[in-house]
Amino acid sequence: MPEPDEIAAHLSSSEQRDEILELGMWTFLSTEVLLFGGLILTYMVYRHADPQSFAEAGRQTRIVIGTINTAVLLTSSFCVAAAIQAGESGAAKAVRGLLAAAIVLGLIFLGLKGVEYLGEYRDHLVPGIDFEQSGSHAQGIRLFFMFYFVATGLHAVHLLCGVIVLAIFLRCAFQVARNARYLAGLRTAGLYWHFVDVVWIFLYALIYLPGRSG
Amino acid sequence: MSNNYLTDGYTLRSWFFTIDHKRIAILYFASLIFLFLIGGAAATMIRIELVTPQADLVSSDTYNRLFTMHGIIMVWFFLIPSIPNTLGNFIVPLMIGARDLAFPRLNLASWYLFMLGAAITLYAIFMGGIDTGWTLYTPFSTLYSNSYVAVAAAGIFVAGFSSILTGLNFIVTIHKLRAPGLTWYKLPLFIWSLYATSIILVLATPVLAITLVLLAAERIFGVGVFDPRIGGDPLLFQHLFWFYSHPAVYIMILPGMGVVNELITCYSRKKIFGYKFVAWASLAIAAAGFLVWGHHMFVSGQSLIASLVFSFMSFVVAVPSAIKVFNWTATLHKGTLRFDAPMLYALGFIGLFTMGGLTGLFLACLAFDVYATDTYFVVAHFHYIMVGGMVTAYFGGLHYWWPKITGRMYSDYWARAAAILIFLGFNLTFFPQFILGVEGMPRRYHVYPPEFQVWNALSSGGATILAAAYLLPVFYLGYSLFFGARAPANPWGATGLEWQTSSPPPKLNFDKQPVVTSPPYDYEHAPEPQNA
Repeated sequence: MPEPDEIAAHLSSSEQRDEILELGMWTFLSTEVLLFGGLILTYMVYRHADPQSFAEAGRQTRIVIGTINTAVLLTSSFCVAAAIQAGESGAAKAVRGLLAAAIVLGLIFLGLKGVEYLGEYRDHLVPGIDFEQSGSHAQGIRLFFMFYFVATGLHAVHLLCGVIVLAIFLRCAFQVARNARYLAGLRTAGLYWHFVDVVWIFLYALIYLPGRSG
Repeated sequence: MSNNYLTDGYTLRSWFFTIDHKRIAILYFASLIFLFLIGGAAATMIRIELVTPQADLVSSDTYNRLFTMHGIIMVWFFLIPSIPNTLGNFIVPLMIGARDLAFPRLNLASWYLFMLGAAITLYAIFMGGIDTGWTLYTPFSTLYSNSYVAVAAAGIFVAGFSSILTGLNFIVTIHKLRAPGLTWYKLPLFIWSLYATSIILVLATPVLAITLVLLAAERIFGVGVFDPRIGGDPLLFQHLFWFYSHPAVYIMILPGMGVVNELITCYSRKKIFGYKFVAWASLAIAAAGFLVWGHHMFVSGQSLIASLVFSFMSFVVAVPSAIKVFNWTATLHKGTLRFDAPMLYALGFIGLFTMGGLTGLFLACLAFDVYATDTYFVVAHFHYIMVGGMVTAYFGGLHYWWPKITGRMYSDYWARAAAILIFLGFNLTFFPQFILGVEGMPRRYHVYPPEFQVWNALSSGGATILAAAYLLPVFYLGYSLFFGARAPANPWGATGLEWQTSSPPPKLNFDKQPVVTSPPYDYEHAPEPQNA
């Protein structure tokens, strides 16, 4: 982190600096919406074309891990939101604790995701590497698991970026009381973190829930 | 000549690690000249091959790789970045009275990403090329692919992020860095059109990115997403591809329209006719442009209802484009016209763009499109828009802002000669292709029945003139760099903020923060041109 409250030569005020940061993040998130949107659209097209296979494949996902992970991620988003609140009142210690909690929860999510991938590998559900399914739905199940790995993999990469960003903010948490720039940055990082969380909620519904009712 | 952005450091480091938007614009400019020459070389080979009906220069396979290379380089590595990343990068902060773009480091990162993408794509091309056509249609790019599709797709993917970052930077800059008093309706229309372009860059490019990811995933996992052999749907690829690539057409024309607004007003010495209509027309084009992609797929087997809707929407998107053309014409009416080189380019643009736009309406008609699909009529149509329109506007803008960018004046005589030659050469190259298309010559073939030879030979002859005309500026603009007269701050007597600072501008653009009080294009109160 640079000197507290430094303003780059091309900007005229700290308000302007904070505003461009936030607007930049919103613009970036609009790009991300379309990125995941294209993926989800493609998934929906194939699910619409072959609902039975996708239902059968959905039943083979590990819903317990998926559900725990959803709770883990929602809790991490709470921590980030609370860290921003704490930062606004200048409580550096609380900021540090809450950011650390969010990072740990993010890592737990990634760890559980790894356990899940390992399980799918053992069950021969990884297309292209080790995939064995019999029955008329095998083709559709293979397609489902390709989407599963692409979507959750892309999400995990996003989450990992988020963890790294939060770790940087954790290291500089001592600056919170005297650096308006820190807080603006943390708010912007929070937007990203919540976005990654929201993406997961969509993926959770699309991946783990088909074929579970009735 | 003391203390401008060009004299601020002479080391390689001062260029390759610069975060000055003006220097980054120059970096883009140099890269784009190089890529334009490569794309142009492919076009030259294509036109030479097509002089005779037989195959005499290249084999069918090489020909496939040539037109693919021409398309990929020209679309992604020349046209899309052309005006936004060179003229836009240089002029946008100056025009709005800012000292730089909102995120200068991101701007530099975007250039490096662009170069990385270009390097990967050029690697694919020189290792053997791609034979799918620039559209990368499946199953050409999957089932039958025996070329470097994956590598080229990776290059396009990386360059896409460069586009996204540029668009993001422009959007934030235009929202937050405007000079005091510069309200939205006082902005030069070039800014409005780049704003609309940026929205498309940010919202359409990620869809191409995810499509290319799925294309790669299909190969890695061996699962059919787009490949019909293993259960995929090739039409889905077309939908996703055109969801990006049709809006990309507007990425390739909106900035050109933006430039033309500046040129027409300056050399008519008049304010633009119907400012608000032109401004909102840019956004209307950007918005409606997202809803017309299916007109590339009229013969693909999509439902008739879908085709009807896409046909209707394609007519709708022509309305704001026509508003612009009418408003430019109305601006000329009773203006004090001056025919400097940039004005000749602008007038050429209006004529060629109108031709391209009207033939686009032919193609939006379902019945005619079925007849003309994949013929030279389509080729001629989009070249009228992209080359006749965008490249002409790019040259016009380059001539208009050249004194500002380099601080030198060029030879107006030669510049006018080049502008006229480009217009003539262009029409001779591409008008015969309309006739070829109507007579039924399909695109992407290098052998054809002998009765088409006359038109093909005319087209190739025109291409020679066009190529020579495109090379002319290399000489007189290059000459001006070293021997041209020093440019005053405002040689054309133009109104934009960029003309209020010295030529070339100082490192932080303005010695003191400009404040805007006058309406846009206030030519009643503008200074007289100094090159009269």
